[in-house]
Amino acid sequence: MNGITGSIATIGYGLATIGPGIGLGIVIGQTQIATARQPEVAGRLFTNMMIGAALIEVLGLLGLVAGLMFT
Amino acid sequence: MGDFFPAGIFGDVSTGSWFGFDRIMMVRLIVVVLLLLLLWLGTRKATLIPGRGQNIVEMGLDFVRVQIAEQILGKERAKPYIAMLTTIFFAVLAMNLAGVIPFLNIAGTSRVGLPLVLALWVLVTYLAAGVKKHGVGKYLMTQLFPPGVPWPAYVLITPIEALQVFILRPATLTVRLLANMMAGHLMLALTFAATHFLLLEGGGLVKLAAPLTFAGGIFVTLFEVFVAVLQAYIFALLASIYLNFALEEEH
Repeated sequence: MNGITGSIATIGYGLATIGPGIGLGIVIGQTQIATARQPEVAGRLFTNMMIGAALIEVLGLLGLVAGLMFT
Repeated sequence: MGDFFPAGIFGDVSTGSWFGFDRIMMVRLIVVVLLLLLLWLGTRKATLIPGRGQNIVEMGLDFVRVQIAEQILGKERAKPYIAMLTTIFFAVLAMNLAGVIPFLNIAGTSRVGLPLVLALWVLVTYLAAGVKKHGVGKYLMTQLFPPGVPWPAYVLITPIEALQVFILRPATLTVRLLANMMAGHLMLALTFAATHFLLLEGGGLVKLAAPLTFAGGIFVTLFEVFVAVLQAYIFALLASIYLNFALEEEH
């Protein structure tokens, strides 16, 4: 009986990407909807989207860093 | 992981010497020289009607000024900080792009030193800007005790805000840039190492998988260029947003 070997932290990082994935989906999708409704403010919306995306991204990257630190 | 702590050319970084000099430091120096050379060549004979080289440099400078600084901070308030934001943008961009340039092959920002220094620069600048504008007491007051909140909530909000202003902002700036570049390098190394392994060591039909991983490697390389530009943009954007928070009028 030798099943899967390796570090459980690998799975941890996989799990850590789920949340930011959902978050990025919502942010980008809603920006698309808003841009379709009001194309004239597209530039401003894009900037705000980038800010939101950057904040969400950190959560996923924290998972990566934790994965490297605790293996 | 060994890629991020290569053997020292002289001195040794990983054993705690402060003056070690290894491959990443060399890449950083090369990138700095290249960047300065590029900017110098671009603006050496600056004319009113820009030539091709000058045009590209001016496009980059204009992008930082208009799209990042003036859009977030406003025309007047942006003026003292444009130099800093431009420096940060170009430094981060050049260091990131080193990750996909052949023979350099590692981003200068993929070890903690450089992102940390840039993030601390941003921290000091926005603290100084806030203190200069409002004075020490009033600045801390507006940052730590946001108005319009019922007073018992300050027990919760003030520590969170303090953590946010003094630690989390520079920490997330550092981690975002570092982890992005590190993940990018790992992905590149993985795809090309897999191609190498499958093509040379794989037997029979396994060799057929090699073009697939190679195509993946090309895709990741292009993606890395995109990420490099994006991270430079986001770093400068967030720096100007934090400055904006510090310079805000009272509500």
